[in-house]
Amino acid sequence: MSDFFSALLLQAGYNAALVAVGAALLGFAAGAGGSFLFLRKRALVSDAVAHATLPGVGLAFIVMVAFGGDGRSLPGLLIGSAISAWLGLLAVEWMVRRTRLSEDAAIGAVLSVFFGLGVVLLTVIQSMSQGRQAGLEGFLLGSTAGMLFQDAVLIAGGGAIVVLLIWLLRRPMTLVAFDPGFAAARGVDVRRVDLAMMGLVLAVTVIGLKLVGLILIVALLIIPPVTARFWSERAEAVVWAAGVIGAVSGYVGAALSASAPALPTGPIIVLISATLFAISLLFAPARGVLASILARRAFQARVHRRQGLLALSRSEPIHDPLTVKILRREGLMRADGVATDAGQAAGAKVARDERRWSIARKQHHDTALTGRYDGLTPIEDVFTADEIAHFDTAMMRGA
Amino acid sequence: MGSEFVQFSLTPILIGMFAAMACALPGNFLILRRQALIGDAISHVVLPGIVVAFLITGVVSTWPMLLGAAGAALVAVILIEAVRRLGNIEPGAAMGVVFTSLFAGGVLLLEQSDTSSVHLDVEHALMGNLEQLIWLRAEGWGSVLDPVALSHLPPELPRMAVVFALIAVLTAVFWRPLKLASFDEGFARALGLPVSLIGLGLVTSAAAAAVAAFDAVGSIIVIAMFICPPAAARLMTNRLGLQVAWSLAFACLSAILGYVLAGYGPLWIGASGSVSAAGMVAVVSGVILALACLFGPARGRVGVAAGG
Repeated sequence: MSDFFSALLLQAGYNAALVAVGAALLGFAAGAGGSFLFLRKRALVSDAVAHATLPGVGLAFIVMVAFGGDGRSLPGLLIGSAISAWLGLLAVEWMVRRTRLSEDAAIGAVLSVFFGLGVVLLTVIQSMSQGRQAGLEGFLLGSTAGMLFQDAVLIAGGGAIVVLLIWLLRRPMTLVAFDPGFAAARGVDVRRVDLAMMGLVLAVTVIGLKLVGLILIVALLIIPPVTARFWSERAEAVVWAAGVIGAVSGYVGAALSASAPALPTGPIIVLISATLFAISLLFAPARGVLASILARRAFQARVHRRQGLLALSRSEPIHDPLTVKILRREGLMRADGVATDAGQAAGAKVARDERRWSIARKQHHDTALTGRYDGLTPIEDVFTADEIAHFDTAMMRGA
Repeated sequence: MGSEFVQFSLTPILIGMFAAMACALPGNFLILRRQALIGDAISHVVLPGIVVAFLITGVVSTWPMLLGAAGAALVAVILIEAVRRLGNIEPGAAMGVVFTSLFAGGVLLLEQSDTSSVHLDVEHALMGNLEQLIWLRAEGWGSVLDPVALSHLPPELPRMAVVFALIAVLTAVFWRPLKLASFDEGFARALGLPVSLIGLGLVTSAAAAAVAAFDAVGSIIVIAMFICPPAAARLMTNRLGLQVAWSLAFACLSAILGYVLAGYGPLWIGASGSVSAAGMVAVVSGVILALACLFGPARGRVGVAAGG
């Protein structure tokens, strides 16, 4: 446990601290970058991008070895992965535009075929003499264990650059993600912004390869934005909240993994963000499950209260247990089912409002106003005092 | 095509074919319903399923693992639906959240438990072991009729054949409701068809195909076969019956060509050894899909001139 706290406070060695900061930056970039995709309803495009990096990693290794290099140089492998991921993206785009296949079919096709090609290349590399110790399998699930100092610098620096780019491009990207039609009408080049968005996601994927691996980087691009969505209705707030959620997951995950060698970094980071997601799903205000249950119950109580008061005003017996409970709790009804004074007054008011509403619906053909009759909104909220007085005179005349 | 072929290549090719067809068949309907990525999600969550099954039983044997995988697939489908409804989240994102989390959980369990000594690792789950499903007792084509040799067939072969036959029969029996529910859900509902039940049945049979196939051939083939052959077939014809037939043909072709290329391809270009058969099958299916995208007679979107 103390190991964990020292890692959390960046006291567990320079390399571990760098990895933690890098993971936080990467998590921020992934969360914020992923939310543009999520708001654009293209979350799973990142799945195709991530899987499409594998053949690039393999080819880059083969090419570097063929030119007499080491083959394991991380920048070289990352450039290769970026190129093949870009080709995968183009393939998805092309299939969606040029054929009648839907986007999910295009994504699935690209991810499986590119991944298959990558696996083929990995077996080729294993049969090469330089390939036996290549450790390229680490790209599948990520590995911090074999991470060199330069690798950690690359992740931290790359993450910082991507975060900066997201900050610079936040306005057009938010606009396009939220409402592409409106963005186009405002003169934003939607296609170019889309490309920039994809480029950023690609960058996040490539940088995250070494840390979380290509299968799990998808999680960092999808889970934080979905989590953030529970907390806000505003697009820009979602983007930054997703960034923070991603950063927290990355930072805590890296610290945990540094304190216990048996805990692999990638899965830990993903599981922390999944935990944050589950908490948000259940407890977020407004959109969480608990909040909506409470809202439902409050609504139910209001409906029952009103029906109960109407019944009291007509001196009808009340049998519904929930209605009885609510009325008695508020002191509107006695135990024997007779209305108290307060109950009579409240019932009379509700009954009067009901009659006012029926007049209002006869007189007003403005459905925007009378459409608000739901039996719960007080009539004073919809009509002015003058109008209500007018209804009352009409009521007197009718009586 | 001598005895060596029967011994080393016949059974893997047959298993690959049955696995490919078993996945491609439900894939046709998943693609029409825009649920193509269900296969991807299921094949990812299979991993935690196997790990949990191993942790509970402590043995690496087929049935507990298949049950674990099936259970995990079911849990994933339920979780995706729950997240989608409770959180009011679009299906793609809900799927992404669930399958990545479960996969991460599986990897963590795998690393935590001491399973590395037994033959249970991520690469195996991804790539399968198609190459190792050989029929050692075969001594030539005559063995196909020899009951003693037949009893030593790799058990994956009859299992995969049965799963494919089951899915084929189910598809044939429920053909009309499946077709209606996939093309026009509203109309199907108006006819009184149990649309959500049909959808659940489809996803369940897809999961069954995925779970049965991943053990033998790995999840790469599963994902590729769910999508590529049906997608290519969809670009060949406008009729569902023909599309299904095309997809089965493409699936078989991918399995055969992929296996042969993986086993003998390196030799032909003068290299030694072989490459991953599962990966190669996926690559071949991708090439077929690319050709269909370029030349398929029904490739254009409705309302867009072909090639436009």
